[in-house]
Amino acid sequence: MPATLLQKVWDAHAVRQLPNGQTQLFVGLHLIHEVTSPQAFDMLRARGWRVRYPERTVATVDHIVPTRDQRRPFFDVMAEDMLSALERNCREAGIQLFDLSSGAQGIVHVIGPELGLTQPGMTIACGDSHTSTHGAFGAIALGIGTSQVRDVLASQCVALNQLKVRRIRVTGTLSRGVYAKDVILEIIRRLGVDGGVGYAYEYAGDVIDRMSMDERMTICNMSIEGGARAGYVNPDATTIDYLRGRRFVPAGEAFDTLAEWWLSLASDAGATYDDDVEISGSDIRPTVTWGINPGQSVYVDERLPGVSDVEGSARSAVEEALEFMGLKEGDSIAGTRIDVAFVGSCTNARLSDLREAARVVRGRHVAGHVKALVVPGSQAVRAAAEREGLDQVFSDAGFEWRGAGCSMCLAMNTDKLEGREICASSSNRNFKGRQGSPVGRTLLMSPAMVAAAAVAGEVVDVREVALVD
Amino acid sequence: MSIERITSIRGSALPLRGDNIDTDRIIPARFLRSVSFEGLEDHLFEDDRQQAGAAHPLSRREYAAAAILFVESNFGCGSSREHAPQAIRRRGIRAVVGVSFSEIFFGNSVALGLPCASVSTDESRVLIAAAEQAPGSVFELDLEARQLSGAGLTVPVTVPPGARDSFLRGTWDATALLLDHYEEVEAVAARLPYIRA
Repeated sequence: MPATLLQKVWDAHAVRQLPNGQTQLFVGLHLIHEVTSPQAFDMLRARGWRVRYPERTVATVDHIVPTRDQRRPFFDVMAEDMLSALERNCREAGIQLFDLSSGAQGIVHVIGPELGLTQPGMTIACGDSHTSTHGAFGAIALGIGTSQVRDVLASQCVALNQLKVRRIRVTGTLSRGVYAKDVILEIIRRLGVDGGVGYAYEYAGDVIDRMSMDERMTICNMSIEGGARAGYVNPDATTIDYLRGRRFVPAGEAFDTLAEWWLSLASDAGATYDDDVEISGSDIRPTVTWGINPGQSVYVDERLPGVSDVEGSARSAVEEALEFMGLKEGDSIAGTRIDVAFVGSCTNARLSDLREAARVVRGRHVAGHVKALVVPGSQAVRAAAEREGLDQVFSDAGFEWRGAGCSMCLAMNTDKLEGREICASSSNRNFKGRQGSPVGRTLLMSPAMVAAAAVAGEVVDVREVALVD
Repeated sequence: MSIERITSIRGSALPLRGDNIDTDRIIPARFLRSVSFEGLEDHLFEDDRQQAGAAHPLSRREYAAAAILFVESNFGCGSSREHAPQAIRRRGIRAVVGVSFSEIFFGNSVALGLPCASVSTDESRVLIAAAEQAPGSVFELDLEARQLSGAGLTVPVTVPPGARDSFLRGTWDATALLLDHYEEVEAVAARLPYIRA
């Protein structure tokens, strides 16, 4: 019978049906970091359990690392404590840790794919909601909480309810200046921030098929912002080309055997979906969020919604968002003055993202009142960008060029907004207080749009600032 | 390992209005800078409370002893941080009742023995209004009977069967279950092409 990728990968990892009806799934790759794992190791110790498959867990440090001065011990005492705890836990359990001295450190969702740890057909778990990123490879990738991190360490398994699958076909051709970020913001705007509850999203269609792995990762990354438990793209030639030669990917005959298996996992023609949605990619325009959740967005040449256009409880949500953001109904989003520009995060801090942002700022300069920073997704991205001279492009334009980490996406280090600052951000969440100031404000957009906003000092249409082709 | 069976939760309710309340609001990221969950309850909804002042339900004395949290839809969306249900549980809340919950938040809550029960949008409004009008009214969430009663109301609740079963049997802490029949886990692992390679 024709099956979806989700079903095939699920079946390959299903251990048994638990008494409560959930499925026990084996976890092929477990990724950990310093924020959500220390308590899990403590729970494990308290119960006298050992890490069952230490070779299937890989660690890095990303959330709390300073991006400016990374010498140890960190000036930030708590960050130093959290990293020390991770180092100790990994040492004791025999878990490989890609730390700051490894040359391979970075945001966990950037380094997994980069190192070839992330592979099609795997089940992947990590104590971080943006684990959905890895679905770009045709893996079932799940964000989990700390108690489940404990479960995976102890048993290499998770207990999960069966998921429904919604196929989202993005058809047509994207216009110049329209990026993967705009596509996923469009999907979330259309289907809602809770539209995906109970579902895994399968992204398909011409637009997705033509995308690079970097772009597919941007799409899958924000599945969680649409409420979906996971998101994935079927493996194809692009996937296989990306993986060939990566550090943790077998070479030679073993690669060919694996690649054949990977391709066989793609959803079969004729597979049935619980829901099927088509979105015209050709109609998508550069998108900017104006509110306090990622579904509250408009095209850059659109106006903000009017309060009276919305009914019921949605109306108070619009009012609350406009008030928090200090924006007025019916205003255009273009022209909104920004204070900070942030290019970074697991959504948009890979090499191709930095290239697009650099292309916009080359030969230009950041507006006088804007603080702008680029935080590469990993040490490898940073090094590759430097080989191309992108660091120089950004520095010349007035951007700060930082070390790799999560940084101002969630402001667990010292990179944060102050007061009511507004940030044009390539990250994934515009929640109240997300970027470190309780009253700070976030406008989500593509890296190229962030770069354009940095130069103009306000939200502008990247298609007008730079000819992007 | 034997853990507690959870069949019903009785106590007063704390009403919290708003759809799509994310885990960054429940517990802002700066309070995750720790290697333990201790003390998180002091920062539950910290920024919302600061901004709303004395009017925030969590700042009001009449809700200090609440055991059940009434919310609206898509509660707990966003980050997977277990710190969010940890802060709620450590504040003394033993059940959450609302229209819908983010799946990761829901799963994290199950692992802590914190049931999240769903009611319809209309019933959610009625419940929140009741808890606002008469703070201190005692409600009982009965997982066995799948209903919530109190303040003269009785409404049906939904809890997904797997989670409900885990509470009623006392198997909501899943680790021991996952370690049962471990040879089956090893057999599945051994068959996986990427492990064989």
